[in-house]
Formats: sequence, structure tokens, C-alpha cells
Amino acid sequence: MKTGLTINIGKLKLKNPVMVASGTFGYAEEFRDFMDLRKLGAVVTKTITLNPRKGNLPPRTCETPAGMLNSIGLENPGLEAFINEKLPILRKIGIPIIVSIASEDTPEEFIELTRHLEKIKEVAAIELNISCPNIKSPQSTVQSRQKSRGPWTVDRRQMISQDPKATYEVVKSVRKVTNKTLITKLSPNVTDITEIALAAKAAGSDCIALVNTITGMCVDIETRRPKIAAATGGLSGPAIRPVAIRMIWEAYQKVKIPIIGMGGIIDTLSALEFFIAGATAISIGTGNFINPKVSVEIIEGIKKYLVKNKIKDIKELVGSLKE
Amino acid sequence: MGKILQLKAKLIYNKRVSGRYLHLAVEAPKIANVAKPGQFIEVRVSDGLEPFLRRPFSVHSIRGGQIEILYEVFGRGTEVLSQRKPEESLDIIGPLGNGFDYKPQATGHRLQVLVAGGMGVAPLTFLAERLKKLQAPCLSGRQASSKLQALVLIGAKTKKEILCEKEFQNLGCEVKIATDDGSRGFKGYVSNLLIKVLSTVDCRQSTIYACGPKPMLKEIARVSKKYNIPAQISLEEHMACGIGACLGCVVNTKNGYQRVCKEGPVFDAEKIIW
Ligand SMILES: Cc1cc2nc3c(=O)[nH]c(=O)nc-3n(C[C@H](O)[C@H](O)[C@H](O)COP(=O)(O)OP(=O)(O)OC[C@H]3O[C@@H](n4cnc5c(N)ncnc54)[C@H](O)[C@@H]3O)c2cc1C
Ligand SMILES: Cc1cc2nc3c(=O)[nH]c(=O)nc-3n(C[C@H](O)[C@H](O)[C@H](O)COP(=O)(O)O)c2cc1C
Repeated sequence: MKTGLTINIGKLKLKNPVMVASGTFGYAEEFRDFMDLRKLGAVVTKTITLNPRKGNLPPRTCETPAGMLNSIGLENPGLEAFINEKLPILRKIGIPIIVSIASEDTPEEFIELTRHLEKIKEVAAIELNISCPNIKSPQSTVQSRQKSRGPWTVDRRQMISQDPKATYEVVKSVRKVTNKTLITKLSPNVTDITEIALAAKAAGSDCIALVNTITGMCVDIETRRPKIAAATGGLSGPAIRPVAIRMIWEAYQKVKIPIIGMGGIIDTLSALEFFIAGATAISIGTGNFINPKVSVEIIEGIKKYLVKNKIKDIKELVGSLKE
Repeated sequence: MGKILQLKAKLIYNKRVSGRYLHLAVEAPKIANVAKPGQFIEVRVSDGLEPFLRRPFSVHSIRGGQIEILYEVFGRGTEVLSQRKPEESLDIIGPLGNGFDYKPQATGHRLQVLVAGGMGVAPLTFLAERLKKLQAPCLSGRQASSKLQALVLIGAKTKKEILCEKEFQNLGCEVKIATDDGSRGFKGYVSNLLIKVLSTVDCRQSTIYACGPKPMLKEIARVSKKYNIPAQISLEEHMACGIGACLGCVVNTKNGYQRVCKEGPVFDAEKIIW
């Protein structure tokens, strides 16, 4: 039996619904030794900003039960170096390249980044990272800084995707300058994910990517310091999977645009949960660190599952959750 | 750079050396044949979710197709690793990182100074193995069999924690010991022993290779600058992926943040911003 694995997201047609998540796959070259990169449905780059970013102070990661915290702080070489040094390598792989972008200062940066990327044929889609917990978002600059008792200042790190209005504004302004497929990546650090997802849709996003990391913190009891230098960071891995599944299920019921599901996928079983809950495609993040070739193993695993259950097309599985 | 491999390697032995320290060997010829001193492997200590991330360990020795690591039971991950049994298969990735830069010396008479603090001996024994290999053909006749032009300084808290003294001696290195409590050898830090050594032996054209805790390496960097002897130091930082993708394990250098797992773990001491 032939199984259908192709899916559509906006104008984007993927040969299979398995991609790799921003910030966890470098610029793909890091994984070349482990697998045939051409097998992937798509690759999402590390988030790019207009100017190079140094990133946060180390230590930047720590292990947690079934997961990890990170506060990389969007370290990246900036748009120009990305285009000159990373894109040529990515282009050679021959799979759709989704470029993740973020703004450091003003929402206008999203527009400028998009204008540049719009001109590049090989950029298959643009993912708006309006949900990074590790940098100050444009909005937070107007917020008062809260002084804590510790030696560090806790700033509130309001993200664009924590505010439906700001989400709408940013997506709308980017939508105006691009015809490429637009993916909006949302944060799970919200009370009602459907409200934000609806705002992204209303502003013209073709798709939503769910979820970015959940803000968390770990304490070293010997030093009584936070385990990572930035104090708080983004929690990822299987630890957040139930939260991700729940949010995808909620968003799927209300928002009729494709969802790229992620959060703790480490094998075929966990990947399948996402499709059933409503994801059209999935993205693998932290799982790549545990097993660098897990993404291609999952593609094979999905095929087997479909055959075994006599499902002709992956699309039949999407949102097939029973009461 | 060579290919990085992920493979299921058969565990050959996992035995206690002393106290909290164990030797573990796996059969992994494809990695063993290409690994260089200073490089490391990432080990998935269990198939489950806990411990979650892989654990990095330096290549300690290579015998035929076997890779040996020397590790300390430190926390949960190494505890679980210490329970693993021969014949089991261990998921490893390697060889990773850059390794030491030890160029063959035309004369073979340049003194190499290896400085180890605590577990820092782990990569340096492998370096000594390779220095010996290099030097043998350089020296003529009878000389070749005798002494390696390598001086090894081992620092430990007490005499009980001194590791690999015999290994280094068997490779023909001269070994000097420093203990914090003076229970053996020089009383004090190994970096102070280094200062003492540098003021007594001819170290022109020497290279220092060091691995150990950060404060020790910082001190070595200072000494290296003061005596104008280049030092290559192997750094540790918490890692998530180990293959250069996550940007988690960076250290601050004169060239900006660099990844310990990719541009390191061995850095020129003068490049590091402490
Ligand atoms: C390049 C490199 C080579 C190393 N070589 C050796 C070696 O040959 N022998 C040896 O005994 N140890 C070595 N280490 C340190 C070793 O990786 C840690 O001791 C080990 O990861 C501790 O794991 P744990 O679960 O027992 O400890 P836990 O403290 O419970 O670990 C929690 C987390 O912190 C990380 N972590 C803790 N200590 C370190 C450390 N010093 N460096 C990096 N990550 C750490 C762990 O990997 C894990 O993700 C090396 C580290 C690096 C970076
Ligand atoms: C080390 C690390 C770096 C990340 N960097 C980015 C990033 O640059 N941009 C982004 O949109 N998401 C980033 N993420 C979030 C992931 O893309 C993903 O949304 C999240 O980790 C949840 O999926 P997972 O549990 O499969 O990792 C990062 C995650 C990790 C662990």
C-alpha cells in the first residue's frame, strides 16, 4: 500500500510532515554526518536577527527531569552572514528552507528582515519567532523593570505572542511585505492559546507553530544560585509534551489553519500524538540532541504506523482524536 | 574535519579503579581509529528519559579498536553509567571536538609539559600515548626506547585521588605530584608546582597541555603568559547536543563566544577571556 505523506502549508508543499525545530538543528550542516538530510520534510533555521547577536552569558543550559532549560539568547551571525555563509550550504541540501526570524528592538526589524528574505528564491517560508523567552521583546522596553532581591534584575520579558494585539500587529505588518508562506511561532506561556492563534490567523498567518519553550528555572542548592546564568530559561523536551499536546488540541478546534506541532517529540509514538491532537506537521527539537538521526527514524516510523493501521494518507490522522 | 559517528558500541568493561573512579571501555573501531587526543565522546548513559542528555567524556586511551574513558561518579548520570555491564551496548557519538595540536618535532627534544588537575588526567594519558608514538621514530637508536620528553604534573586533593601515575610512567614520562594537603609530593596547587618546575628546568620551546578545574586552568593561563610558554587547555562546559547545534556550551574568547564542543574543548590559553 502506498501511504500519502505530503502535506500543504500555505503555498508550501512538503514531501513529508517531519521537520526540525529552530535552534536545535543549527544550520543543518551539524547533522550531515548522522543522516541523509534530503529525507527531511523541511528544515527550520536557528532564529536570525538583523544584526549579529552574541547571545547570553554561559552557563546557558541545564538538564531537568525529562528535559532541559536553555537561555541561548538567540546567538546568531545576523542576516548578512546568514545569507552569505549559511544559506549556500542549506540550499545545496535541496529541501525547503524555513527561515526563523526575530526582532531585537522594534517590530520594524521583522519587516526589514522579511523584505530581504522575500527576494531569496530558496527561502520557502518565513517563521516569525515572536515567542523567544530569552530576549527582551520590543514590548518589554516600555515595561518597568522589576528589581529583585538577587544580584540580577528580573525583567518581565513580555513576548509579542503573549499579547493578541501585538501579535496581530506584527503578523499583519509582515504579511504586507511577503507572498511567501508565513508561519507564526507561539509561546505556551499564555492563559489562552486560542486567542493568540486567532489573532495570528486574522492577521494573515498561513500557519501557527506550537509550542516554543515554557519559561522555567532551576536552583543549585550548593551555591543557592540559579543553574543558568540568565536565571530563567526555556524548558523543552518530553517534560513539556502534555502541555504542547493540550495547546495544539485547543488551537486545532478553534483555528482552521495548519498547525506545526512540537514540544518533547523524541520518537514515533510521541510524534503520532501530535497529529491525532491536530498538528498537520511536526517539528523535532531537543530530541535531536538525544538522538541526532531521530527525525528520519520518525519518518519511517510514521509510514509503518499508517500501513499497519490501513491509513492511506497522513491527513486522515490529523485531528482524528476521538471523544 | 573527520566524520562524526553515532553507534551502538559493545561495552567491554566498566571497572572501579579506586574510590569514585572507573575505567570503561567500548568496542568502537571506527571512532578509535580516527580519534585524536583531547577529543571526546558523548555517551547516552541510559535508554530512558532519566538521565536525559548525553554525557561528555574525554578519550582516555585507545587500544586497538577499543576506546577507554576514565570517569568519576559525580552525579546521577555517571552513577547510572557505573551500573552498566559488559556485553551491553552503549550509544555513543564521536569523535567530537578539536583535540590538542601536538606537532611532530623535528628534533624530538622539546619538552612537553602536561598538567592535570583531578579528573584532568583523562585526556592527557591519550596525549602521552600519541606523543610517545611520535617521538619514537624521531630518536635514534637506543635512546628511542628510554625516556619520553614529557613531564607530567598531577594535582589532586589528597594522595588517594592521584590518578594515572603508573600509566604516565609506563609511557616513559617523568611524573611529579602535587597534593592540596601535602600527603604526597609538592604541597599546594599543581599550578604552583608548575611555577616551581618552570624556574628549574629549561622550558624554552616547550608547550604546556593542561586539563582540570577552571580556576586551575585560569592560573595556568596566567603562568603561561608570564613565562611566555604557549599553553593549550581543555575546557568543560555544560553541553546539550555536543555537536555544535545548540550553542549551549560556549566560552568567552577573544574571538567572541566559541563552542566548547566544536571550536574546543582545547583552546589556546591566551585566547580565553576569564
Ligand atoms: C569535553 C568534556 C570532557 C569531559 N571528560 C570527562 C572525563 O574524561 N571524565 C570525567 O569524569 N568527566 C569528564 N567530563 C565531565 C563529565 O561530563 C561530567 O562529570 C558528567 O557529565 C557529570 O554527569 P552527572 O550526571 O554524573 O552529574 P550531574 O551534575 O548530575 O549532571 C547534570 C548535568 O550537568 C552536566 N555536567 C555536570 N558536570 C559537568 C562538567 N564538569 N562538564 C560538563 N557538563 C557537566 C551533565 O552533563 C548533565 O547534563 C567532561 C566534560 C566535558 C565537557
Ligand atoms: C537549545 C535550544 C535553542 C532554541 N532556539 C530557538 C530559536 O532560536 N528560535 C525558536 O523559535 N525556537 C528555539 N527553540 C525552541 C524549539 O524550537 C522548540 O520550540 C522547543 O524546544 C520545543 O520543542 P522540543 O521540546 O522538541 O525541543 C530552542 C530550543 C532549544 C532547546
